[in-house]
Amino acid sequence: MKQLMTGDEAIARGAYEAGVRHASAYPGTPSTEILENVAKYDEIYAEWAPNEKVAMESAIGGAMAGARSMASMKHVGVNVAADPLMTYAYMGVNGGTVLITADEPGMFSSQNEQDNRNYAKMGKFPMLEPADSQECLDMMKAAFDLSEEYNVLFMIRMVTRVCHSKSLVEIGERKEVGVKEWHPDPMKYVALPAHSRILRVQIEERMEKLAAYSEDCPFNYAEMGDSEIGVIASGPSYYYAKEVFGDKASYLKLGFTNPLPANLIKDFCGKVDKVYVIEEDDPYIEEFCKTLGLTVHGKDTFPPYGEMTPDVLRKSLTGETLPEVSYDRSKVIGRPPTLCAGCPHRGLFYKLGKRKDIMISGDIGCYTLAAGEPYNAMNSTVCMGASISVGHGAQQVFNRAGVKRKVVTVLGDSTFFHTGVESLINTVYNGSNTINIILDNRITGMTGHQQNPGSGFTVKMDPSPVIEIEGLVKALGIKHVKVIDPNDLDAVDAALDAFMDLDEPSVIITRWPCVLKKFSQADLEEFDGLFQTKDVVDQDKCIGCKQCQKTGCPALNFDKKTKKVTIHSADCVGCGVCAQVCPVDAIVKEEK
Amino acid sequence: MTKNILLTGVGGQGTILAAKMLTIGLMEAGYDVKMSEIHGMSQRGGDVTSQVRYSDDKVYSPVIEKGTADIIVSFEKIEALRRLDYLKEGGIVIVNTEEIPSMTVLTGQQEYPEDVIEEIKSAAGRVVELDASQKAQELGTIKAANVILLGALVKAMELEHIDWDGIIRSNVKEAFVDLNLQAIKAGMAAV
Repeated sequence: MKQLMTGDEAIARGAYEAGVRHASAYPGTPSTEILENVAKYDEIYAEWAPNEKVAMESAIGGAMAGARSMASMKHVGVNVAADPLMTYAYMGVNGGTVLITADEPGMFSSQNEQDNRNYAKMGKFPMLEPADSQECLDMMKAAFDLSEEYNVLFMIRMVTRVCHSKSLVEIGERKEVGVKEWHPDPMKYVALPAHSRILRVQIEERMEKLAAYSEDCPFNYAEMGDSEIGVIASGPSYYYAKEVFGDKASYLKLGFTNPLPANLIKDFCGKVDKVYVIEEDDPYIEEFCKTLGLTVHGKDTFPPYGEMTPDVLRKSLTGETLPEVSYDRSKVIGRPPTLCAGCPHRGLFYKLGKRKDIMISGDIGCYTLAAGEPYNAMNSTVCMGASISVGHGAQQVFNRAGVKRKVVTVLGDSTFFHTGVESLINTVYNGSNTINIILDNRITGMTGHQQNPGSGFTVKMDPSPVIEIEGLVKALGIKHVKVIDPNDLDAVDAALDAFMDLDEPSVIITRWPCVLKKFSQADLEEFDGLFQTKDVVDQDKCIGCKQCQKTGCPALNFDKKTKKVTIHSADCVGCGVCAQVCPVDAIVKEEK
Repeated sequence: MTKNILLTGVGGQGTILAAKMLTIGLMEAGYDVKMSEIHGMSQRGGDVTSQVRYSDDKVYSPVIEKGTADIIVSFEKIEALRRLDYLKEGGIVIVNTEEIPSMTVLTGQQEYPEDVIEEIKSAAGRVVELDASQKAQELGTIKAANVILLGALVKAMELEHIDWDGIIRSNVKEAFVDLNLQAIKAGMAAV
């Protein structure tokens, strides 16, 4: 039976059909939907881990205990998981093990464009690169079989267009694979130097066998056509190239890309006049070709960054793209993403942006939008959990250099559980006096509402213990803690004022649910009148000063004709932030 | 021959559900289908685009090249203009005449341009203006605007032979089935 599936859905289906029993992940675009879909299968235990390192280690444990196990994450998540990954690659598997990395050529929602194929090369483990959803499913099934056959974990490298594009997939039945017996095997599983030195030698033998397999692997194949041009491509670049060259070229489609098939590549290059290597991100295949002494064109022709979509290829090859209709593009207005109407981050950043004597060390989440207009309330964002530790470093230097500047760090609840906790330990241990704000909106917001250790539910929506942030930070040694409603602007100011001159670290927890969240019973009980009202502007009182619009709420509209502000009733949820800002009290609760 | 359909709008307008039903219909009719959409930060009031390609033969790339869309279905007026460079010479534009001001307009940094439809008409082969949001409101809820626009698309691309009623029945909540059946008919009648 054929179904339309995204690459993420097809990976999940592949996991099901391959007999996977254990799956762990941390959400991150574009990988999030992999675990969300895996969790729909009763046969698979699935979990959100607090971060990617924990997810990888959970998968390693599941595999050691004998189950087919997987971890999935976005490309930068693999940086977090790299420590266990690099050593597990030495050990080999009991149950088959697959890591899925979702890379982001073009950086649609990521902070960098790293090419995770380099991890496979560095870690000396095999890798597959799917080009469409069917390959996602087929490669998952193959990866688990091969993982057990060659005794090594496999990595599947996806990219955004594979994760989030739909194509037709032939689905099959689940193959039940039992849980293999566990035996203590310290030579394999205890990574002492003496053991690793032996494993290190075995890796070379394993890679030689895998290199031989790569030559015959059905995911690596040539399609011979016109011999003037030969295209070597992996992932969706193969389809982009077919779109541009059609049958006027021959193709070597590579799906098993570590180790690469040297003989297959040499043979292909020998049959065509000019070879283009088309791949996204780094010249990974191109450099391998060059080590074989082959003359190929890659990044000398195509851009070293971004997607290799047909327009990019065409422009690189001919200097031109296809003709477009002409119109006045200056009429197109911007539509930047914004914090939603009712977003609990609004009140905090409205107030934070007004303070000039601070440095705001930010983090990864919806709240990173606070870096832009109208808040201008974020001075740095590096990676998950970095807010607290970058802020600590900056505060230490400011204090020692005699610079009177308070550092305020800001991160979300899920990001705090991810890697913020260790950062806060460092702040306490090394005696920083930063103010650390944890935006507890009761869910993982930006990736589309995934549960986390503080939300009370698992990925399968089973109830789970709630880890209370307030108790946790107090246990870490934070003595100054305030929990506030961020929609109450006076409370925001009062909390900041109270902690501004402290010589010790402090934590402010802004606790109010994400406006888009499906509220739990606990939310409804805790938060009084949760988004139950609407605000309206009294048109007689409004003086058109636009102060309310400085809160950046998309429900507020300035009417040029009347020179007054109105509130779009369908969007307003009555958070009341604008009403607190209005100098003439023109914004009131709508009467029911 | 591969056909290219670009659906565009603002986060929350239901472009993704419309694209989903479209692709299911095309698949059930026996076409090879690929669809691509980029989401992430764009959900927070930004623009959202779904690209659908289908063919009797094999579809390669899931993305549409600029200058090759047979039709653009825009759920909001200015979004049609934003993506007009995707339209092929002589292509069709179906545009919902609703205006959704962006943050830059709301705060007075930019003005929402007045002659958007004229600008689209000067470039497109055919323009179908449709107040789908108003029509949907009349049917009971603005949320049905996406299915009205799907109906207009179906008619414009001559895809009426596909069992859209059946696809609606199996893809929307039961309480909304009748409403959406009316919506797709209204959309088809508008072209």
